[in-house]
Amino acid sequence: MSRSSRPVNEQLAREFGLNAEEYARVLAIMGRTPSLTELGIFSVMWSEHCSYKSSRVWLKELPTKADWVVHGPGENAGVVDIGDGLTAIFKMESHNHPSFIEPYQGAATGVGGILRDVFTMGARPIANLNALRFGRPENPRTKRVVDGVVRGIGGYGNCVGVPTVGGEVNFHAAYDGNPLVNAMTVGIAQKDRIFLSAAAGIGNPVVYVGSKTGRDGIHGATMASAEFDANSEEKRPTVQVGDPFTEKLLIEACLELMGTDAIVAIQDMGAAGLTSSAVEMAGKGNVGIELDLDAVPQRETGMTAYEMMLSESQERMLIVLRPGAEDLARAIFDKWDLDFAVIGHITDTGRIVIRHRGALEADIPLQPLSDEAPLYRRPIRWPVPPGALDHEAIQSPMPVQRALLQLMASPDLCSRAWIWNQYDAVVGGQTVKRPGAADAAIVKIEGSTRALALTTDCTPRYCQADPKMGGCQAVAEAWRNITATGARPLAITDNMNFGNPEKPEIMGQFAAAIQGMAAACNALDFPVVSGNVSLYNETEGRGILPTPAIGGLGVIEDARLARGIAIAPHLDLVLIGETAGWLGQSLWLREIAGREDGAPPPVNLVAERRNGDFVRHQIAAGGVHACHDVSDGGLLVAIAEMALAGDTGCALEEPPDGITPAGFWFGEDQSRYVIAAHDASGLLAEARRAGVPARLLGRTGGNELTCPGGVSLSLGELREAHERFFASWMG
Amino acid sequence: MSLRAGIVIFPGTNRERDMAIALTRASGGQAPAMIWHKDATLPPLDLVVLPGGFSHGDYLRCGAMAAQSPVMRAVRDFAAAGGYVLGVCNGFQILTEAGLLPGALLRNAGLRFLAQDHHLRVGRTDTVFTGNYTEGQVIRVVLAHGDGNYVADEQTLDRLEGDGLVAFRYCDADGAIGAETNPNGSARGIAGIYSADRRILGLMPHPEDYVDPLMGGEDGAPMFQGLVEALAA
Repeated sequence: MSRSSRPVNEQLAREFGLNAEEYARVLAIMGRTPSLTELGIFSVMWSEHCSYKSSRVWLKELPTKADWVVHGPGENAGVVDIGDGLTAIFKMESHNHPSFIEPYQGAATGVGGILRDVFTMGARPIANLNALRFGRPENPRTKRVVDGVVRGIGGYGNCVGVPTVGGEVNFHAAYDGNPLVNAMTVGIAQKDRIFLSAAAGIGNPVVYVGSKTGRDGIHGATMASAEFDANSEEKRPTVQVGDPFTEKLLIEACLELMGTDAIVAIQDMGAAGLTSSAVEMAGKGNVGIELDLDAVPQRETGMTAYEMMLSESQERMLIVLRPGAEDLARAIFDKWDLDFAVIGHITDTGRIVIRHRGALEADIPLQPLSDEAPLYRRPIRWPVPPGALDHEAIQSPMPVQRALLQLMASPDLCSRAWIWNQYDAVVGGQTVKRPGAADAAIVKIEGSTRALALTTDCTPRYCQADPKMGGCQAVAEAWRNITATGARPLAITDNMNFGNPEKPEIMGQFAAAIQGMAAACNALDFPVVSGNVSLYNETEGRGILPTPAIGGLGVIEDARLARGIAIAPHLDLVLIGETAGWLGQSLWLREIAGREDGAPPPVNLVAERRNGDFVRHQIAAGGVHACHDVSDGGLLVAIAEMALAGDTGCALEEPPDGITPAGFWFGEDQSRYVIAAHDASGLLAEARRAGVPARLLGRTGGNELTCPGGVSLSLGELREAHERFFASWMG
Repeated sequence: MSLRAGIVIFPGTNRERDMAIALTRASGGQAPAMIWHKDATLPPLDLVVLPGGFSHGDYLRCGAMAAQSPVMRAVRDFAAAGGYVLGVCNGFQILTEAGLLPGALLRNAGLRFLAQDHHLRVGRTDTVFTGNYTEGQVIRVVLAHGDGNYVADEQTLDRLEGDGLVAFRYCDADGAIGAETNPNGSARGIAGIYSADRRILGLMPHPEDYVDPLMGGEDGAPMFQGLVEALAA
């Protein structure tokens, strides 16, 4: 049945995701019953996905400014100055709900959407990253989701020719019915050639370019703002289909047009498609916009105004041109075989007016549409973090060597090569450090000595136990991973993945995580410049682990100085940072002792900054061969990863007195790094002078990891354990 | 010495920048010409390169649409007149679809996209492409393809081997060739082949991505240096 035959009333509004109070507000703004198209526009613009109605009051607490921030949140992506007259433009965005319903297309269109957010600002995309969370491997559904998501990310990124250089993957039962697919794109633009979305110039032509509009993805933003139930698969028609080939043409055509002076404003048609791009562009410019939908390139016949305004067909952009630039612009899009159509113009009415087949389909004042959008300060139940475990009292069920093998083979710590080997990480010819080679990916800027350091980070089990400390740790770890390469951390993008915000405990997780993140951002001069919020990540009423995924960006002036994690023979291994033996919420506790409890390791932001600044200084001074932060799995896992990466063994010293072997080797105390240095004594002396805790760990060489007590593991045995999981699981 | 190289851009080509970097680096700063797929004629060139990517999205058989481009008539004429042509990855696929090289490239035997380092054993070295390698040399290159499984009928394979037209084979780090060193199921481990006159080379791996040690390797550099030395006027 066609929806156009339905009367518009509160019942229909509810089906569109608006509650009674919100619908009453629509009636007040319009002064009449809205048309179906108008109701559709209100419902998507006021959806959680587009309006951030539950999260906005909290997002304001995040620091967003620094001397190097050119554009913070509010534009399509964040922009930071990286020197040499260049900027890095980046953002991370979720495609969780579509990826559960249709993993391949959900993940692929997630990559496509975030690419458009970046190149719409004038940047050539130079790197993609991702942050993925899947259910338990034992869950029969997980394998299909992992396979589809990985194929989808690769299928899109490989084809558009943007290297996928980094990411992270976790498995946990809490994601069984609700995987997370967060995609990040980083681009480079000249500082004086950045394009924004605010429309201007009364009478200026509004141009549609890219793919034709079909019925795919109608009401996708509304879907992304609701919980799942057993019938979620019925939502498959709302998942969009990606076309990376058209995206590649669109990137090249838009960048070519951006080399001229034809563009006044430009924005991609992302969630809520033509509606959100037209409303946001006109709204930001304080102008009006009038569109004639008969001119919209259409893939299907008989589409209604409602369908065209709500379609989320992919690979489309909306552009306001300088008057008279139509022919120049059309020639470029013709060259790239892309649709180009003038579909409207900018007005001085402050209204969005939609016409179709001679009829007026919508006429909405823009200011109330955005200013009177719902804003909720939802009830909060603040989380009560568990107390710290008595770490001394935790019994170790197995010797250190066996525990190491078991940890290295566990799904959360094992080699991700099966995934990376499906992503083209080097196309573009600028990838200095690929996945697994360093704590952050290093991508050089073509024609410059500079490189970007890029990472994605979050430890959801910490966030579940203590959302505030977990939020703080996620930011600190991103900062640490960039620091470990020698790069200077500049800014982050955040992707806040949480459950149903109407539940006070979920809102409490969200607010506490923001507070922890804000503390770390402030202490580390690491502001948030873009982000995305994904709520209602629940299936059958069960929420995910709170997952504030952080995408971090740093810069290093000379790409040749960037350090990886691979060790070589004849080096000293030195531990930087304090080790107390913190086992609460550690992977050792979960995988070896079978417990998920206690408080997560605290982050001391003063020590974090001090230790990190020390490490970065040492790398710049040239004495560091390799550097790796200590994170999931603790110290011995970090050392084992360095040994495998460098195909070089090492002999380790006895742990200090007053700490259990499990606590020393597998504790997840924060703010720590392992450095492989040519001269430990000099490094230790420098650390003493700087007031940074440091300790000699051992010496590299051979092809065994020799643990104290004389027991050795061959690198072959370690590698076999590390690579076993994906090979045997996925085949 | 300057090499007049031209890189053909098809819609969906995405490794033209990598190729341009490699050629520019080898020829002392001389940038190659970029040639549009709708061009029916070529400027005066010493070398035409068909780079990697997903021409026309690979939505039909890989390279099938690109092989019908106006520029490919000009490339055929160029080759017929004795011009040198290099096709890498999607470029190799286009050369087979255009009939300039025998055989075809099917979906990888493992049915997954392969993006990893792999070793190749160099065949003969009396060509403009391999003059700076030694015969039997093992080089490390980048693979990035979903459809690199080389097939041809037995007669053609026998002829390629008999006439010394197998340019590169997949091998392990020690140069050993066998089923376990074959990443994509290619017949007889073939990674690249020459035309009968050895003026056209098609190969699946990407030598252009390993011309700078900073990017992880430079085993591809001798190919581009060799081309400059052999062809530059």
